[in-house]
Amino acid sequence: MLNGSPVTLTDTAPTTTLLDWLRDARGLNGTKEGCNEGDCGACTVMVTDDNGALPLNACILFLPQLAGKHVTTVEGLAAPDGTLHPVQDAMVTHHGSQCGFCTPGFVMSMATAHQRGEKDHDTALAGNLCRCTGYAPIIRAAEAAAAQPAPPHLGSLALPAPAMMQAKQQPTTTSELATLYAANPDATLIAGATDVGLWVTKKMRDLGEVIFLNQCTDLRGITETPDHWRIGAMTTIADVEKTLHPHFPSLGTMLRRYGSAQVRAAATLGGNIANGSPIGDGSPAMIALGANIHLRMEDERRDMPLEDFFIAYGKQDRKRGEFVEAITVPKQADTLYCNKLSKRFDQDISAVCGCLNLPIENNHFGAVRLAFGGMAGTPSRAPLAEAALSGQPVTLSTVQTAMETLAEDFTPLSDMRASAQYRMTAAQNMLLRAYHTITGTQTDLQEVRA
Amino acid sequence: MSVAKPLPHDTAHLHVTGAARYVDDIPSPTGTLHLAFGTSPVARGEITSIDLEKARNASGVIAVFTAADLPFENDVSPSNHDEPLLAEGTVHYIGQPVFLVVATSHIAARAAARLGDIQITAQTPILTIDQAPILTIDQALAANSRFEEGPRIYAKGDVQTALTHATLRLDGQLEIGGQEHFYLEGQAALALPGEDGDMLIHSSTQHPTEIQHKVAEAIGLPMHAVRVETRRMGGGFGGKESQGNALAVACAISARATGRPCKMRYDRDDDMIITGKRHDFRIEYAVGFEADGRLTALDFTHYARCGWAMDLSLPVADRAMLHADNAYHLTDVRITSHRLKTNTQSATAYRGFGGPQGIVGIERVMDHVAKHLGLDPLDVRRANFYRDSLNADAPDMQTTPYQQPVKDCIINALTERLIESANYKSRRAEIAEWNTQQPILKRGIALTPVKFGISFTLTHLNQAGALVHVYQDGSIHLNHGGTEMGQGLFQKIAQVAASEFGVPMAQIKITATDTAKVPNTSATAASSGTDLNGMAVLNACETIRSRMSDHLAEAFCCPPEAVTFSDGQVTAGDKTLTFAEAAQLSYQARVSLSATGFYKTPDIKWDRIKGVGQPFFYFAYGAAITEVVIDTLTGENRILRADILHDAGQSLNPALDVGQIEGGYVQGAGWLTTEELVWDDKGALKTHAPATYKIPACSDRPDVFNVTLWDQPNPAHTIYRSKAVGEPPFMLGISAWSALADAVASCGSGYADLQTPATAEAVLAAITRTCGPQG
Repeated sequence: MLNGSPVTLTDTAPTTTLLDWLRDARGLNGTKEGCNEGDCGACTVMVTDDNGALPLNACILFLPQLAGKHVTTVEGLAAPDGTLHPVQDAMVTHHGSQCGFCTPGFVMSMATAHQRGEKDHDTALAGNLCRCTGYAPIIRAAEAAAAQPAPPHLGSLALPAPAMMQAKQQPTTTSELATLYAANPDATLIAGATDVGLWVTKKMRDLGEVIFLNQCTDLRGITETPDHWRIGAMTTIADVEKTLHPHFPSLGTMLRRYGSAQVRAAATLGGNIANGSPIGDGSPAMIALGANIHLRMEDERRDMPLEDFFIAYGKQDRKRGEFVEAITVPKQADTLYCNKLSKRFDQDISAVCGCLNLPIENNHFGAVRLAFGGMAGTPSRAPLAEAALSGQPVTLSTVQTAMETLAEDFTPLSDMRASAQYRMTAAQNMLLRAYHTITGTQTDLQEVRA
Repeated sequence: MSVAKPLPHDTAHLHVTGAARYVDDIPSPTGTLHLAFGTSPVARGEITSIDLEKARNASGVIAVFTAADLPFENDVSPSNHDEPLLAEGTVHYIGQPVFLVVATSHIAARAAARLGDIQITAQTPILTIDQAPILTIDQALAANSRFEEGPRIYAKGDVQTALTHATLRLDGQLEIGGQEHFYLEGQAALALPGEDGDMLIHSSTQHPTEIQHKVAEAIGLPMHAVRVETRRMGGGFGGKESQGNALAVACAISARATGRPCKMRYDRDDDMIITGKRHDFRIEYAVGFEADGRLTALDFTHYARCGWAMDLSLPVADRAMLHADNAYHLTDVRITSHRLKTNTQSATAYRGFGGPQGIVGIERVMDHVAKHLGLDPLDVRRANFYRDSLNADAPDMQTTPYQQPVKDCIINALTERLIESANYKSRRAEIAEWNTQQPILKRGIALTPVKFGISFTLTHLNQAGALVHVYQDGSIHLNHGGTEMGQGLFQKIAQVAASEFGVPMAQIKITATDTAKVPNTSATAASSGTDLNGMAVLNACETIRSRMSDHLAEAFCCPPEAVTFSDGQVTAGDKTLTFAEAAQLSYQARVSLSATGFYKTPDIKWDRIKGVGQPFFYFAYGAAITEVVIDTLTGENRILRADILHDAGQSLNPALDVGQIEGGYVQGAGWLTTEELVWDDKGALKTHAPATYKIPACSDRPDVFNVTLWDQPNPAHTIYRSKAVGEPPFMLGISAWSALADAVASCGSGYADLQTPATAEAVLAAITRTCGPQG
C-alpha cells in the first residue's frame, strides 16, 4: 500500500530502492535524496504494519522489504481534505524549514514519532540532518505538535492481504529459509539492508541472487527463559533496546545512539553480527554479556560464544549456506558499563566501543568480561586486561594496572575517525571511567546542565 | 506595513508537504539524459591514456566525452580560466573530472563513470619532489606553490617596533580546519535545448549569471542565447556560488551534442570529493601586550590552503585579512597572507568567506593573552574593543587595520547587555567552584564578539536589479537578481514590495530568479542579498507607485504627495480605491505598470593590493556566550547553553533573522568541533559522506538557546535600516570553541593550545598538554 492505494509489483528488480521507485516510477518527488546511504534522513517515510508505524530511510530500503506494509510519504501525510498534519502545521508556524530540502524527512520522522506517542524529540530526530536551522525551531515545532491528537486517517491504514506478498526470494519461515539458502549458498541474505543497501547505492554492486528475510516472522522476536533471552536474528535493534534496556540501562543508553531511529527500526542484531564489522556496536555488548551465537545450515545447528565467531577482519566462522538464527544472552545481575566513543554524539560510527562487564564481590572484581569494537580487526575481548582485573580488589591501582595491560591486548589502527593512540588512551580511560562510576564520581556528560 | 513582521518562509507550506520543487524534482521531458563524471584517481600527474571502451559499452550509455570532444571553451572557473571542465593532459587532485558519461539514467551514468581506465604517470619516470602531489601547507611552502606572486601584506602603524618595545610578548600558531558545506540538496542542473541553439538551464546555484556566462562560453554563443532559472536551492552556504558551473556546463554541452534534455546531479560522495570547501588555514601570531591585557602590537601570518584552482581564493584570503581585527582596535598591526596552491579540491566560498578564519585567529590571541596573564578572557576582550561610536562625525574615529573608520560600533553596549542577561559573572564563578568539585568533568564558559564587514570586497559586485509588474487586477509579479537558498530572501523582499504598495502579501507573486528578467546579477553572497535586491525592488516599486500617484493625483485633483498606499487601498485626495481599482484606472490611462529597479551601494572604495580604504558600507555586530562541559577522560564534550545578542539593524523579519542566527551559530560551532576533513597521504579525501563527516545533529544544539535581536536601526541607509544577517552569526559559534578552551584550561596550569576542529580527540590532546596524562 502506498498512501492509501494498493501497489503490486512484478517486473521490478528486487534491489530497486523505495526512494528511486517513488521518485522515478511514481513521480513522488517529495521524498528527497540527501546522501543515499541512510545517514541524513531526507528520504524518511512512515512504514506501518501490524506493529504500528516506523520511520525508515527509503534510500536503503528495497521494495521486497515492504511486502505487506503500508508506506506513507510526505505527499500522503495531510488529511484527504488537505488539512495539514499537526507536525506540518507546527513546522510552518515555528519556522522549522529554511531551505526545505530536509523538511519532508523531518516531517515524516516527526509524524511517525507523533503517531507512536514518543516525546523524546532528540532521539526521534537524531537521524535527520538539517544544515540551516540549528534544529531549535524544529524542536519547538515538535513540542508544539505533541499536544495535538494524531489525525484519524493515519490510525486506520489498510494493510495488504498476505496472499499478495509471496515471492520466490522471500521465504516465510526459518525452515524455508534454511532449505532455500542451502540450495543457493551464494545468495546474499538481506535483513534490514542498512549495510547491504550501501553495497547497491554506493558500491553499485550487482548482488546477484538475493534472499529477503523480512517475511520469516519466526526469525524475529525475543523469547525469555528462566536463564536467558533468545534474540531471533531478525530482531531489530529497536526491539533489542526495548527489551534489554530495563535490565542493562547502560546497554540501552548506548543502543539509543546506535544509528538513528530509522536505522534501528530496520537494522537487525543478526545482521549487525553476521556482517562481521569490527566497528558495529552490537557485538561488543553481546560479548561482554557472554552471549552465544546460534548458527543453522539446513537442519544442522551449532552454537559458540559470540567472540569465537569472529576469526579475523572480514572472516567469520560461518560455513557456506549457514546463517545466524539467534543470539542468546544469559540473564545476570547488571554490572555492564557501555562506552560508545564517536566524533558526534548521535548517529555516528564508534571510534571505540568499549563494553565492560564488571561483577564485584566483596570489593573484588569477579570474572570480568571486557569487549571492544574499533580496537582490532574484529570485536574482541581483552584477555590480559581481564586477567589483570579478575579477582583483584576494586582499587585505582588495580584499574591502572589493567589500563596498562590493555596496551598489550590491542594494537589499534589510525583512520579518519581517530588515531591509534587516541583509541588506546580512550579505551584505557573507559576502564578508569567505570572505576569512577563505581566509586560514585560523576562521569556522565549527559547529566550536566548549565 | 509588511516589513518587520515575523512571517514564515514564503514556501514553508510547500516544504512541509513535499511540494517545493528542487532541480531534480522538475518534471523533465521523456528522453532526458543523465550525466556523471569519471574522476582522477591520482592527485597530480600526466594522463598518458584513457581507455573508455568499457564505459562506452556499458548499459544505457549514449556518449562519453573527454576534453578533446568539447566544442568551445573548456573552463568552469569563476575567476582565472584555470579550471577545465574535463582535465586536459594534467590532473590536479583526486576527484578531478576527467571524462563525462551521458546515459539514459542517473544510475547507469554513475555505474559507467566507474568503468573508465585512466592511466596517469608523473612527467618523468622517477617521482621527484617536483612531481609529488602538494597536499599540505608545508609542502606548498617548500615548493613555493602559490597564487599571486607572493604574500599580500596589509599593515597599519609599525608592528616591528611595537613588538620590540612591548611589555609582554607571546607567539603562537593555530591550525584551522576547513569545512564541507553539506547543503542537503547536492549540486544539480538541468539543460533543455531550445531552437537555434538556445539553452534553458535550471540550476541549483547562488549565481545564475555566472552559470549563464560559463554555459554561453562552452556552447560558443552569446549570453543572450542562454537563460538560467533558479527557483530555490536546498541550501547553499557559498558552496553553490561557483561549484555548480561544472554541472550546468556539462548538461549544456551534452544537450547540444545529443539534442536531448540533460540532467546532472552529484551523488553525495561525488559531491564531497569533487567540489571545494572552506579554506583551511594556519595562522601564526606574535602579540605584544600590557599587563592589563591591552594589545600593543599584533603580527599575523595567514596561510590559506586554496587547492588546485584559483576559484574565489583571493577575495576569501583578503576577507580573512580584513577580519583579523574582529571587534578589536589595533594600533600597530600587520597581516601577511599566503595563498597556497595544493593538489586538493579547489577551496571555495563558504559562509563568512574567510572572515571566520581571520576572526578565530584574533580570538585565539585573546584567550592566549588572558591565560598568560591569569585574567578572565572577557576582560582582555573588553580592554581591546573598538570604542562605541556615539558620534559618527567624531574626528578621532578609530580605524581598522585597513584604515576604514569604524563609525557604527556598538560592541561595548551590546556585550554589556548580553553579560547582564546571561548572568555571565555569577555563572563564571559558579562554574569555577563546580570545577573544583569535579575530578572528571569540567565546564567552561566564553564570550566572543563579532564585527563583520558588509559589502562585496570586489566593489563592482555591489549592484542589483529588479523587475516588478503590477497587473491590471492589482496582483504584483516580483523578480530580482537574488536567489533563494533557505535564508528567506524572497519573503523579505516581498515584504518590502507589499509595504511599498500597501497591499497584503497574498497579492505579491514571488518568482524564480531568471537571467532573462534581471540581467548581470551578482551572486547571492556576502550576506548582501537583502541589502542589494531589497533596495533594487524598492526602487522599482517607487517608480511604479510614483507613476500611479501622478495619474491618480491628476484624476482626483490632489498633489501627488497626497496619494497614499496602505491597507490594500489607495487614497487620492478624498477618493479611496482598492489597489486593484487603482491599478485598473492606471492601466486604462495608459500608465506603464512595469518597472525595473537598480541599486548600487554608495561610499565604498578601496585598494585591495595595498589594503587601504573603505571596502565595507557598514559593520554588523553580535556576541555570544557559550557554556560547555568536557569529559577529561575522552575529550567528549557538549554545549550546555548559548546566549546570543545579535545586531540585524531594524529587522525586516525577526523570525527569519533569528533563524539565520540560530542556524549560523550551530553551523559555526560544528565547524570548530565535530566537522573534521581528513585527507590521506595520497591526497584522497577520506571523509566524503555523512557516515564519516559529522555536521551537528539535533542533540548537538545547545540545551538552552537564547537568541535576542539588538534593537537599534542601522545608521547606514539600508533597506528599512536593516542589517545583513546571513554570514555574521556563523562566527558566534566561535564562542563554543573558546568555551572548550576555557574548560580545558581549568584542568591544569599549562597552556592548552586547543586546535580546530576541537574534536574529542583534539580536546583530550589539549587536556594532556594542560595537565599531563590522566591516570
